[in-house]
Amino acid sequence: MTATLIFGSIDTQSIATASYIVAALLFILSLAGLSRHESARQGVAFGIAGMAIALAATIALATEDAATVAVVLLVVAVAIGAAIGLWRARVVEMTGMPELIALLHSFVGLAAVLVGWNGYFAVENGDHHDLVGSLLDIHHAEVFIGVFIGAVTFTGSIVAYLKLSARIKSAPLMLPAKNWLNLGALVAFVVLTVIFVISPSLPLLIAVTVLALALGWHLVASIGGGDMPVVVSMLNSYSGWAAAASGFLLGNDLLIVTGALVGSSGAYLSYIMCQAMNRSFISVIAGGFGIEAAAAADTDHGEHREIDAAAAAELLTEASSVIITPGYGMAVAQAQYPVAELTRQLRDRGIEVRFGVHPVAGRLPGHMNVLLAEAKVPYDIVLEMDEINDDFADTDVVLVIGANDTVNPAATEDPGSPIAGMPVLRVWEASNVIVFKRSMASGYAGVQNPLFFRDNTQMLFGDAKAKVDEIVGALVAERVPA
Amino acid sequence: MDLVIQLTILVLAAFVGIEVISKIPNTLHTPLMSGTNAIHGIVVLGGLLVIGHAEGVLSKTILVIAIIFGTINVVGGFLVTDRMLGMFKRKPAVAEKAEGGS
Repeated sequence: MTATLIFGSIDTQSIATASYIVAALLFILSLAGLSRHESARQGVAFGIAGMAIALAATIALATEDAATVAVVLLVVAVAIGAAIGLWRARVVEMTGMPELIALLHSFVGLAAVLVGWNGYFAVENGDHHDLVGSLLDIHHAEVFIGVFIGAVTFTGSIVAYLKLSARIKSAPLMLPAKNWLNLGALVAFVVLTVIFVISPSLPLLIAVTVLALALGWHLVASIGGGDMPVVVSMLNSYSGWAAAASGFLLGNDLLIVTGALVGSSGAYLSYIMCQAMNRSFISVIAGGFGIEAAAAADTDHGEHREIDAAAAAELLTEASSVIITPGYGMAVAQAQYPVAELTRQLRDRGIEVRFGVHPVAGRLPGHMNVLLAEAKVPYDIVLEMDEINDDFADTDVVLVIGANDTVNPAATEDPGSPIAGMPVLRVWEASNVIVFKRSMASGYAGVQNPLFFRDNTQMLFGDAKAKVDEIVGALVAERVPA
Repeated sequence: MDLVIQLTILVLAAFVGIEVISKIPNTLHTPLMSGTNAIHGIVVLGGLLVIGHAEGVLSKTILVIAIIFGTINVVGGFLVTDRMLGMFKRKPAVAEKAEGGS
């Protein structure tokens, strides 16, 4: 009897291991598929297949000799989670994607914390008699590290969520000696880990959880809204490492592989974005971007010129090539639909319309591309900064919609500017620039933009959506009599 | 020994991750984020593995919560990624209709 049980469990175990290898490969294929538009949906299908295999194998393994109560709990928990997931994914607006992703990251962090805590209780309950000596020490270290990473991810993502959904101010929190606080928290974590490995106790576990929660909160709270794309992908990376830490704790290779895949890819994305802003990763984490702005804003840039929607429409019809550079403001105003309509109108008249998207436009990497795709702008006219930057000089009209810091000439021309050296879209080289803006307020970085005072720049004040609608209206009205 | 093997796996997987991601264009970064988000919902495995042998109400409650959140991630992440990718079209729908009509 005992023998069959053992053999039975070895069987399921090896089947599970084999399934994990297949699942890991499918996840890699899934990420690879996402690298091209043509294969992207296939990539998602690979991912779903991998997940289904992994989950099926795990559930088979977990329920094999489990109590009925546990099986019921398992099924109920999965059902509830799936229902909530389905509902959220269906109702979310594309403009709300950054918030949703941040929120989902926090869930991974929370799950990793809970798995870590459970790992501690399992030892306390005497479930792991096989763990003795250094193995037990390793187990305790794994619990501690897993809880730490998970908790940092959890509160960090919550703060990111609150900032992205404008429930708290996105300005960086400036505590005195904040970098020392972060560093101190890390040192405290290392010290606590050592003590915990030597003599594990519940108060220590609670202490590290609280410490990590506070660190995660502070880390993201002290980063400004303009750096959110980097923060979101950084949290993506953290939650990957959190999953990997759970994998170590549970001795599950698939969790380790998947966590490392996601963790490294998130880190790489953050790195690309930091490069796009010409800033080091450390300086983004250290936060405080936009504090120097008050001093810099005092210089007199002269007068700006205004334009109204009708005149803008006229300017557009006379143009032969137009580039639109969208920013987060387009998302806030929900202006992507009228912008798409404007694009269609202009293209129908034979005017070349293209989009120039800065790598850190919006609050999520690639956010603008998704919004434009949602509004049915064909993706082959939506170009990246490097592809389009040399074309501005030959362009008749540039429409700057809700972008500010990413089109700021000060970045290339004023070495004293806080954003000096950041690659920007050189919109000012075009014959005419029309800037859609609510007011003359400065952007997220808090830096004044000399572009607004250029001779070839005209300001169109008001709600971006309403103004684009007016231009579309003017274009249609003009066309009807003709 | 186990730990060494696991660390090796970790490092190798991390390199694969970087290698794969470095080919992805900016345009697809948002779907990539939500896709990886769905994939690391795999943490739900952790909860599933241990719930079968969990002792005590506290442990069970903790694990049920972990599984619920993990599953939200998996299901929500994949669905929203697919929805997003469905929106990327080379030609505007209007133009396609016009071509079809004429």
